[in-house]
Amino acid sequence: MGSKLIILLVIILAVLAIAQLVRVNELTAKHAKRKEEDIPHRDNIFNANMMLAFMIFLYVGFIWLIVKYGYMEMGPPATVHGEGIDWLMNLNLVIITVVFFLTNTLLFMFAWKYVKRPGVKAFYYPHNNKLEMIWTVIPAAVLAVIIILGLRTWNDITTKASPESENIEIFSYQFGWTARYSGQNNQLGKFDYKLTTAENQYGLMTKENIEAALEGMRVGSPGQEGIQLLEEKLNDPKLVMARSERDELREELDRKERMARLLEAMSITYNDSLDQLVNDDVIVGDSLVLLKGQQYNFSFRSKDVIHSAYFPHFRAQMNTVPGMTTYFKLQPIYTSQEMKTLMKDDNFEYILMCNKICGGSHYKMKMAVRVLGPEEYLAWQKTKTTYDGSPWLNFSESERAEKEAELLERYRSIAASVAKK
Amino acid sequence: MAALAQGAHQGHDHHEESFVSKYIFSHDHKMISKQFLLTAIFMGIVAMMLSIFFRLQLAWPGESSDFLTTFLGERWAPEGILNQDMYLGIVTIHGTIMVFFVLTGGLSGTFANLLIPLQLGARDMASGMLNMLSYWLFAVSSIIMLVSLFVETGPAMAGWTIYPPLSALPQAVSGSGLGMTLWLVSMTLFIASSLIGGLNYIVTVINLRTKGMTMTRMPLTIWAILVTAILGVLSFPVLLSAALLLLMDRTMGTSFYLSDIIVGGEMLDNVGGSPILYQHLFWFLGHPEVYIVLLPALGLSSEIISTNARKPIFGYRAMIGSILAIGFLSFIVWGHHMFVTGMNPFLGSVFVFTTLLIAIPSAVKVFNYITTLWRGSIVYTPAMLFAIGLVSTFITGGVTGIILADSALDISVHDTYFVVAHFHVVMGLSAIFGMFAGVYHWFPKMYGKMMNNRLGYAHFWITIICGYGVFLPMHFVGLGGAPRRYYDYSVYELFNQSSFDMMLDLNVIISIFAIVGGLGQGLFFFNFFYSVFRGQKSPQNPWNSNTLEWTTPVEHIHGNWPGDLPTVHRWPYDYSKPGMEEDFVPQIVPLKEGEEEH
Repeated sequence: MGSKLIILLVIILAVLAIAQLVRVNELTAKHAKRKEEDIPHRDNIFNANMMLAFMIFLYVGFIWLIVKYGYMEMGPPATVHGEGIDWLMNLNLVIITVVFFLTNTLLFMFAWKYVKRPGVKAFYYPHNNKLEMIWTVIPAAVLAVIIILGLRTWNDITTKASPESENIEIFSYQFGWTARYSGQNNQLGKFDYKLTTAENQYGLMTKENIEAALEGMRVGSPGQEGIQLLEEKLNDPKLVMARSERDELREELDRKERMARLLEAMSITYNDSLDQLVNDDVIVGDSLVLLKGQQYNFSFRSKDVIHSAYFPHFRAQMNTVPGMTTYFKLQPIYTSQEMKTLMKDDNFEYILMCNKICGGSHYKMKMAVRVLGPEEYLAWQKTKTTYDGSPWLNFSESERAEKEAELLERYRSIAASVAKK
Repeated sequence: MAALAQGAHQGHDHHEESFVSKYIFSHDHKMISKQFLLTAIFMGIVAMMLSIFFRLQLAWPGESSDFLTTFLGERWAPEGILNQDMYLGIVTIHGTIMVFFVLTGGLSGTFANLLIPLQLGARDMASGMLNMLSYWLFAVSSIIMLVSLFVETGPAMAGWTIYPPLSALPQAVSGSGLGMTLWLVSMTLFIASSLIGGLNYIVTVINLRTKGMTMTRMPLTIWAILVTAILGVLSFPVLLSAALLLLMDRTMGTSFYLSDIIVGGEMLDNVGGSPILYQHLFWFLGHPEVYIVLLPALGLSSEIISTNARKPIFGYRAMIGSILAIGFLSFIVWGHHMFVTGMNPFLGSVFVFTTLLIAIPSAVKVFNYITTLWRGSIVYTPAMLFAIGLVSTFITGGVTGIILADSALDISVHDTYFVVAHFHVVMGLSAIFGMFAGVYHWFPKMYGKMMNNRLGYAHFWITIICGYGVFLPMHFVGLGGAPRRYYDYSVYELFNQSSFDMMLDLNVIISIFAIVGGLGQGLFFFNFFYSVFRGQKSPQNPWNSNTLEWTTPVEHIHGNWPGDLPTVHRWPYDYSKPGMEEDFVPQIVPLKEGEEEH
């Protein structure tokens, strides 16, 4: 309370002080027969000089920021396409910095130099078509270069992923991420949000899951009343309910019946052989683990609202949109360990963050990303099991050593493909 | 209220006009313009305070300041720490108020109403009744927007762009309950106000120009306002439809924007809608909106720079051409807000092309301003300072737009602080500077008094230093990878120390500049209200300007000109014309024998 009183007092005093200053100013103006509309020479010169001083302040501040915080804080780009983006970004930053200095300097220098001076009349100069043509054509030419280079990079980034790419689905929800690897067959299992149950968080599509979801609609699940119970309640003459409560139940029943019909249709048309697409998928909730040099084709999905998968160090970003699948392809070029060295920071980790406002805990929605070398990646893979519970690398005892050696060889050549000289 | 009613009654006894019809439900464009300005100033103060609240949280996360609890209460700022949901709420309302209520309603409403009739030589707007309605819809929508801050579940919390599904689902964030409904109702009224106002402006400009005021003799202010009004009339209805569809999704169970959603453990049966549809509709308004905000500011500054440099604006026709080009292009660039939504990449390429084209007319405008200053005889009124500040910030904000327009680069900086910095330099500095310039320049016309120049100088220098101090470092925060709308950046500490250190340092610097700059606006408010009541009486043409508004009497009268309407003989930029005695020749002065027009 004390501090508030003081602040209030300070504000009141400040207002009074300004009022007095203005009053003094008015009285002196009156005394000198100066009017507000006649700007004294002194004031003009003061402001002209301030223009120059401000320009210097602005430039010194800007250069200090560049020197101290130039944008390499984020580290070098850690993907193949990221290098393209950074190259283009640097080029663009240089162009706009030059334009910034050039035009601001002209502006402030003219503002300083051409202040009103006694006896000097302004130069009547309404237009000059040649000059105007020059500053239409030059920006147009520079922009043409920017557009062409920009679109070339954009096309490289957005073309279809190559067939060697590994497919991974990134699933987003308030407020977290899950990764689903496509497993041995490199094909992601099908999904439908209607299949989501406590046991099937990602709505993956198998015969069993469809039946379970249908059962859930009909009979109910813990915390959810099924169609049967709802019907019983609505038809029970002894149950006393408020009208609004009854309407709510009826609405709930309608909704569940619609859902159940859709699930029945799905169940009838379902092809059982699709089960195996899901069964070999590997779901990882704690971190996204990638192999250095591997090309990845990410697909993105959202459970609730729009999120955005933002990998700052990969220079990658894609929105995740409920009801729609989005894609982004990338190829990491440094392992986490290499990046720690490059960044001179032992705690450095890659990260996947949410970059589209999605609710109160938006700022906490993140997942660690680790890029591993061939040996570590293989070791990590060996600890993982697929959706149906079998090991990810499902080799028989006899051929395990041989297959693993083969795999390691392949991973090594993949990692070597992006190694820097 | 009783006193007010009595005052009204007494007024009725003594004057032709009652207090109510003169000051409240006025049909007079000059009064309506003042009403818009005062409402916008009030809304501006609220939005600026909200920004100080969240700047405190960003610079000193988790630190208590009982100041916050005083304003937001125990519920939203327990123990002086801003609640994370309310953080999003005040970010949302800050943006909404600044973009729509201050820079659209306030800027266009004030200066279109004041200047269209006065600079064109009309008795009033085409329809005084619609004009009054436009203001009162604006006032009611302002009140509803403010009321939404006080509802129990909080104001809208989905960002000023209110993307569904977040804005459609109360289960996703508490602000999407009553707060969002009020937001939508308020915006619906606001859009109606803009449309009525805009139609009125267009009709007046086309039909009520005085004799001799051809289209190519109109001041650039009017050109800018005309194009702004056309943009508004063509794009606001699309926002209205977007808002109505969203309202239907929220209340009637339709699925325009919703599909395949499970939220808060509840499976929704909405299927087949697309949240991206909303974004297309929103940005179809949203991008022209940027120019609705900016063009009037550029128009005002054209007039002010020419008058105070005592030189004709350089390339008058090119200036008109670039206003028209910007207006046209602004309709075909909206997709650049959506490069990372999963939109078809080819479509993305088209938007890159159209967006970067806008840089050409913008560059022409900047070079024309600079050439207007060249060999001028600059008089530094506070208005002139703000107009030059506008050109500087327009350059700075414009060049970073080139990065954001480039889809490949946008991947890296989309939705980071780089974007926040970019649009604040353009709208929060340039457009606001234009508005300040306009107020300082036309204050004598509005109130018949002069503002204090020296306070105006102090106000400008504090504002531009703090403005750059806030937004220049923000670009670096963004390039360092800071997503916007984060409540707390200490999450970075876990994995990237250097980025974190930078964000922490710079956020403190930014917040200090923001607080000082915010307090500095006190100079303006003081100067404004002090001068309204006690300022020096204004002469008829204080700035020796050519345009028609300075030929009306200082005291406001109905119909603006006693006697006949003035006749126009020349363009408005005959400053320092060779062969003339004075360094200005008002538009009403006939051409001398043998004199070329320009």
